[in-house]
Amino acid sequence: MQEWANQLCENRQFGSKMTDSKYFTTTKKGEIFELKAELNSDKKEKKKEAVKKVIASMTVGKDVSALFPDVVNCMQTDNLELKKLVYLYLMNYAKSQPDMAIMAVNTFVKDCEDLNPLIRALAVRTMGCIRVDKITEYLCEPLRKCLKDEDPYVRKTAAVCVAKLHDINAQLVEDQGFLDTLKDLISDSNPMVVANAVAALSEIAESHPNSNLLDLNPQTINKLLTALNECTEWGQIFILDCLANYSPRDDRESQSICERVTPRLSHANSAVVLSAVKVLMKFMEMLPKDLDYYGTLLKKLAPPLVTLLSAEPELQYVALRNINLIVQRRPEILKHEMKVFFVKYNDPIYVKLEKLDIMIRLASQANIAQVLAELKEYATEVDVDFVRKAVRAIGRCAIKVEQSAERCVSTLLDLIQTKVNYVVQEAIVVIKDIFRKYPNKYESVIATLCEHLESLDEPEARAAMIWIVGEYAERIDNADELLESFLEGFHDESTQVQLQLLTAIVKLFLKKPTETQELVQQVLSLATQDSDNPDLRDRGYIYWRLLSTDPVAAKEVVLAEKPLISEETDLIEPTLLEELICHIGTLASVYHKPPSAFVEGSRGVQHKRLTSSAGSGESVESPDTGSAAVSEAPPTVIPSQGDLLGDLLNLDLTPPTSTGPPPTTAPGMQLGAMDLLGGGLDSLIGDESEPPPIPLRTDTPQSPQPPHQSPSPPHYSPTELGGDIGGSPAMGTGFGAPPAAMPASFNAPISGGLDDLFDLGGGGGLTMGTYIPPKSVWLPAMKAKGLEISGTFVRRSGVIQMEMTLNNKAMSVMSDFAIQFNRNSFGLAPAGPLQILTPISPNQSIEAALPLSTVGPVMKMEPLNNLQVAVKNNIDVFYFSCQYPISMLFLEDGKMERQVFLATWKDIPNENESQFQIKDCHLNSDAASNKLQGSNIFTIAKRTVEGQDMLYQSMKLTNGIWVLAELRVQAGNPNYTISLKCRAPEVSQCVFQNYETVLKN
Amino acid sequence: MSASAIFVLDLKGKVLICRNYKGDVNMAEIDHFLPLLMQQEEEGLLCPVLSHGNVHFMWIKHSNLYLVATTNKNSNASLVYSFLYKIVEVFTEYFKELEEESIQDNFVVVYELLDELMDFGFPQTTDSKILQEYITQEGTKLEVAKSKVPTTVTNAVSWRSEGIKYKKNEVFIDVIESINVLVNANGSVMSSDIVGSIKLKTMLSGMPELRLGLNDRVLFALTGRDKGKTVVMEDVKFHQCVRLSRFDSDRTISFIPPDGESELMSYRINTHVKPLIWIESVIEKFSHSRVEIMVKAKGQFKKQSVANNVEVRVPVPSDADSPKFKTSTGTAKYVPEKNMVVWTIKSFPGGKEFLMRAHFGLPSVENNELEGKPPITVKFEIPYFTVSGIQVRYMKIIEKSGYQALPWVRYITQSGDYQLRTNV
Repeated sequence: MQEWANQLCENRQFGSKMTDSKYFTTTKKGEIFELKAELNSDKKEKKKEAVKKVIASMTVGKDVSALFPDVVNCMQTDNLELKKLVYLYLMNYAKSQPDMAIMAVNTFVKDCEDLNPLIRALAVRTMGCIRVDKITEYLCEPLRKCLKDEDPYVRKTAAVCVAKLHDINAQLVEDQGFLDTLKDLISDSNPMVVANAVAALSEIAESHPNSNLLDLNPQTINKLLTALNECTEWGQIFILDCLANYSPRDDRESQSICERVTPRLSHANSAVVLSAVKVLMKFMEMLPKDLDYYGTLLKKLAPPLVTLLSAEPELQYVALRNINLIVQRRPEILKHEMKVFFVKYNDPIYVKLEKLDIMIRLASQANIAQVLAELKEYATEVDVDFVRKAVRAIGRCAIKVEQSAERCVSTLLDLIQTKVNYVVQEAIVVIKDIFRKYPNKYESVIATLCEHLESLDEPEARAAMIWIVGEYAERIDNADELLESFLEGFHDESTQVQLQLLTAIVKLFLKKPTETQELVQQVLSLATQDSDNPDLRDRGYIYWRLLSTDPVAAKEVVLAEKPLISEETDLIEPTLLEELICHIGTLASVYHKPPSAFVEGSRGVQHKRLTSSAGSGESVESPDTGSAAVSEAPPTVIPSQGDLLGDLLNLDLTPPTSTGPPPTTAPGMQLGAMDLLGGGLDSLIGDESEPPPIPLRTDTPQSPQPPHQSPSPPHYSPTELGGDIGGSPAMGTGFGAPPAAMPASFNAPISGGLDDLFDLGGGGGLTMGTYIPPKSVWLPAMKAKGLEISGTFVRRSGVIQMEMTLNNKAMSVMSDFAIQFNRNSFGLAPAGPLQILTPISPNQSIEAALPLSTVGPVMKMEPLNNLQVAVKNNIDVFYFSCQYPISMLFLEDGKMERQVFLATWKDIPNENESQFQIKDCHLNSDAASNKLQGSNIFTIAKRTVEGQDMLYQSMKLTNGIWVLAELRVQAGNPNYTISLKCRAPEVSQCVFQNYETVLKN
Repeated sequence: MSASAIFVLDLKGKVLICRNYKGDVNMAEIDHFLPLLMQQEEEGLLCPVLSHGNVHFMWIKHSNLYLVATTNKNSNASLVYSFLYKIVEVFTEYFKELEEESIQDNFVVVYELLDELMDFGFPQTTDSKILQEYITQEGTKLEVAKSKVPTTVTNAVSWRSEGIKYKKNEVFIDVIESINVLVNANGSVMSSDIVGSIKLKTMLSGMPELRLGLNDRVLFALTGRDKGKTVVMEDVKFHQCVRLSRFDSDRTISFIPPDGESELMSYRINTHVKPLIWIESVIEKFSHSRVEIMVKAKGQFKKQSVANNVEVRVPVPSDADSPKFKTSTGTAKYVPEKNMVVWTIKSFPGGKEFLMRAHFGLPSVENNELEGKPPITVKFEIPYFTVSGIQVRYMKIIEKSGYQALPWVRYITQSGDYQLRTNV
C-alpha cells in the first residue's frame, strides 16, 4: 500500500488537473505499457497491484482509459477487493468507452446471481451507476431479481437502483413495472429497505411532480410511521421528508401523526430533528388552536430548536436560517428564548449575523433592555458587517418597541461619538428612520448629526442625511449651505443621492423661498438638462412644472404628511413563508428562496403550501395572534425606492382574506373589466384573489391616493414626491394604503388606477395568434439542381412545425425526399420523416409540414437560432441553413408566478442583464403585451411610473431556460427599452430580435 | 435529495479523492469552489453554502481538508452537513487522524467506504463499528466470513452485532456536565446553561437490554414519587439505540447498547447556574506605555470539592511586550501567538480566592489595527460532582443468558463555553 501512496504523492507534485496530467502521461508513456503487462499477468497478486496502480493514477486525475479492456479483464475474480476496484474503474470510464463497457455486462449479470449477497448488491449498485444506455437494457432482469432478493441488503440496494435507472431511462422503468415493485417495498419487513424505497420514490416523484407516485394514504402513512421507529437515522430523515408531503384529511389524523413524530425531536442527529420540525410545523396548521394538544406541541418545539444551537457551526447556521422562518410564522414558540441567541465571541461570522437577525425579531418590551445592552456591546466589535448590522438593529429596536426609542437614540448618539466612520454612517441611516416613526420627538439631535456631514461617504448615509436636512430645513439655520455643498459634485453622486438632493432642495425652497431661489433653479437644471438618468429628469420636470404652475399645490404635494413606517421590516412575504416552511432543512430554507428560483428546470412551478384546518374557519394567512404579518391593518413591507420590482412584490402583500370591501364597482364597469382584461387580469392578481375589486388595490401601491386628496397629477402622489428616500428597508413611500381606505377610491370612477386597468386588457382587443414570419427562400434552385425550398416556422398549440414549399424547377421528376438536421442549439430535430408521398413533377410545387421535436442532440450554433438542414432527393443531397424565430421555443406554460419572477429577477446577477432599444414601434403597451402573448411571451405585471409603462414578462424555452423581461413603453415615444435577464445570457440577443419582429409585424 | 458528489480537497482546493454519486453535476465544477471561498473570505462574508451558477457547494473543514458536497437540487442541507461530519467520524475511526496523508495512504479503503456510506446521494450505513466488520484495512485476503454482509447492516438493531463475548460483564457510565456561561463586563450573568452528556463504555456479552434510571423530575412526577432531589432536563437527545417513542410516552430510557464507547444521551438544563469559578478583572491600558492586569479568581463551589487543571486565559493587546507576572498561586505564562496570558492552577479548592497581576509594556507607536474585545475564558474540571445534581439511580441489565453485570458510575463537571467579557 505504501508504494501506491508514494506514487500518489509523486504525481501530486506534478499537479492533478486533467490538463497537467495528460502532459504527464505522454512523457511517461512507458508506464501505461508497463501497467498493461502487469494487468495481463497470470499472478493474481500482481494483477491486483496493477489495478491499484491504475486506480491511483485515476485518483490523481491521470487518464488511464486506454487500459479499459485490460482492467475489465480482471473483473472476473473471487477477490472482493479487486472486484470493487475494477467496478470503480468502470464507473469512471464506462461513459467514455460505451462500446467496450458492454464487455462487462456478462460479469455484472453473473455477479447479480452470486451466492454472496455482498457481491450481488455490489453488482447491482455499480451497474446502476454506469450511465450507458446499452448497459441499462441488460440491467432490467438482474434488477428485477434483486428487488425480490431474500437478503435485505440486496433489496435495499436494488431499491435505490430503480431511482438510478429512472434517471437514465424513465420510460424503461415504467415499462418494466419497477415503480410498482418499488411501491411494494414500502411494505417490506425490513426498515432499511422501506427507507430506501421511500427515498427512491421521493426522488423519482420530485422529477415527475404529476406522476402521483407517492399516493400517500392513511395505510402507507401508518407503515411509514412504523418503520420510522426502527430504521437508521438517515432512513428516518427520508421518511420524515416524505411524510411532510402528505396532507392529513382532518385534524385528528394530523394530531395522531404529530404524536408519533414528536419523539424524533429527541434524536441526536440534528437533521432528524429538523425534518421532524418540518412535519410538525406543517401539520400544526391543521390543528385547532384551542386544542390542548396544540399548546403542548408548541411547547415541545422550543427546546430542540434551542439545542440545535450547540451543534456544529454549519448545522447551527442551517438551524438559525430555519428558526428565522419559524419565528416569523409562529413567534410564540421562541419568544422567551432571547438569551440563547446572544452572540458569542468565537461564533463564526455567519452564525453571528443570523443570531442578530433573530434577536431583532424576538425583541419586545419585556426583553428590550437586555437586547440593547448586547447590541451596544456588538457595535464596538471589529467585524465591519457585524457592527453595521448591530447598529442597524438598534434603530430597528427603537422603531419596534416604542418605550425603548429614547434609549436607542442615546445609544446611537454614543456610537456616533466613537467617530468610527461606518458606525456613524449606519447610525445616521437608522436615525432617519426613527425620525419618520416618531416625528417631532428627537429632532434635537440634528445638530450632532450635522457635525458629521463631511465624513459620510456612502450613498445611503449621504441620502439619509440630505433627507434629514431637507425635512427639517426650517430648524437648521444653514440648511441651504449644507445642501449647496452637496450640489457641487452633483453628477458624481449616485442616483439615490441625486434624487434625494433634488427633493430636499425643493422642500427647502418651499419652506424658505426667499433665500433659495437660485439653489432650486440650479438643482432643477442639473436634474433636467445635464442628467441622462430618466428617473431624475422626470422628477425634475414634475417639480419644475408644479412649482411654476401652482406653488400652493406644490407645497401640498411635496410637504404632505408622510404615512408612518411600519415596525416590522424584512418580513418574508406570507405565501413565500408558507412555502419555505414546507422546505425546512433544505437549501430553500437556507437561501430563503423558493426552490424554483435556484433549481434549474424544476418542472412547472409546484409550490408547496401549508394547508390549514378546514373546520376552524380561519384563513391561512391569519394563524393567530402573535404573527405580526397578519394583524388587522397588515403592516406593509416598504420596498426601497428605486427598486421597481419591490412594487411588484407589494401587489399581493395585502392578504386576500383581509377585510377588503365588497365589490361595489358599477356592473357595467365590472363586466367591461372582465371581458377586456382576459389574461392580463389574471397576470396581475394571484389565483386566490377575488375577481374585480382587487385590481384597484394592485394599483394603489404605485400611487397611494388618500381619499381626501384631489388627484392632481395622476401618478404623483404626495407621499411619493415628498417623503420618499431610498435604501433603508424601513423607509420609502408608504405603499399599501390600508384596506379601510379602499372604498373611497373604488367609487372614484376615473382614478388613474382604473384607467390603467382598463388599458391593460384593452387596446388590441382579442389575443392575437402567434406571429408567423412569411416564407423565405432557404434553398435557391440554382444551388440545388433545380429544387427550390422556401419555408417558415410555426408553433401551433405547442407543436413546432417547419412549413415548406418545395418547388421543382428542374426538367425531371423529383422523388425520395428525406430531411435531416445538424445538431443545433436547442436540439431541434424532425419528429417524424418528411411526408412527401408523391414525386414532384417539373414545375410543380408541393407544400410540406414537418413537425419538430426538441429532444435532438444539442450543439451551440452561431447565431444561436441557426439551423443547418440537409435535404435528400433522388438526385442529390443539398445543404442549407435557416434561422428560426426563437419564439418557436417559448412554451405555453412560460408564465412565471410573480413571486418567483421577483425572486428570480433579483437572483440573476446583473451581469446577465442586457438592454436593447426597439425603435419605431407605435403600439401602446397593452397592444404590445397582447401581441407578445400570442408568441408565448407572458406579461406578469404591469405598472406605470411617471408616464412610463413597465411590462414585466417571462418566457420559458423548451430546454427549461427562463427569460425575464422588463419592457418600458413611454406614451408618445416610439422607442421601447427592453431589459432581459436570463441565466443563459447568450439567448438575450435572439430574444430581443424576436421581440422586434413580433412587435413590428 | 442530498448530495450529487462528495469531494475531499486539500487546502489549495486540489481534489484528493472524490465520488460521483448521481452524475447530474459536472465534476469539474469543483474547480470553482476554492476561488469562491477565497472571495467570500476576503469580503468577510464566509458562509457554509456557496453557489456557482446552479451548482451549490456545502462544505466543512477538518484539519487540512475541505469536505465538499455538490448538488443542483433543493437538497436537505442539514442532512448533508450531518453526513459530512459523519464521514469525518468514520474516517477518523478508521485512520486515527483524518488528514491529507491518511487519505492518500488509504485511498482504496476510502473508495470502499465512500461506496458503502452513500448510494445515489442517500446516506446508507454510517456506523463505523459495523462497517469495520466487512470493510477492513488489510482486506487483501478473501476470507469468506469477512466478505459477508453482517446482518447488523440491515437489522433494526443496526449498531450492535450479535455474538459479542466478554469474560467479565461491565458497563462504565460517565456523567459529564459542561457549564456554559456568558458574563457581561459589569459582572452580570447574561446567559448560563448546563450541557450534560452520559457516555457509556459497554463491555457486555450478547444482546443485553438496558434500562437507565435518572432522578428526572418529569419521570418522578409521572410515577408519583417525589422524594429527593430531582432535575428538570430542558431537552434530551439520544443515541440511535434508545427507543424514543418509549421515552416519549413514559420517560423510560431503554436500549440495546452499542459495544464499546458511545454517547448514550445528552441533555440541556436551563437553570441559572452560579459561575463555579468567578473572575473579577481590572485591565488598565495606558496608551503608549503599559497595560496592567489584575485578575481575581474565586471558587464558588463546595469546600470539599477541588477544581483541577484550572486555566484562566486573559487577553492582552497584540503589540504588548515585556511581560511581568505575580501570582498568589499557580503559574502565569504569556502566549504571544494567541495574545493572551494563561494562568494555570493545578488544584483549586472550593471557597478559595487567588490573585494574579500582570504588567506589559506597550510600544510608543500606536497600533492602528482595530482589535476586538476578546473575553476572558476559563477552563476547569471538577470530579465527583455535577452542578445539576443529576444522578444515575440504577442501570438494569438483562440478557437472556442471565449473567450478572456491574455498572460503574463517574461524575465530572467541566467548563464549556465559559466567557467573561472585559471592559477594555
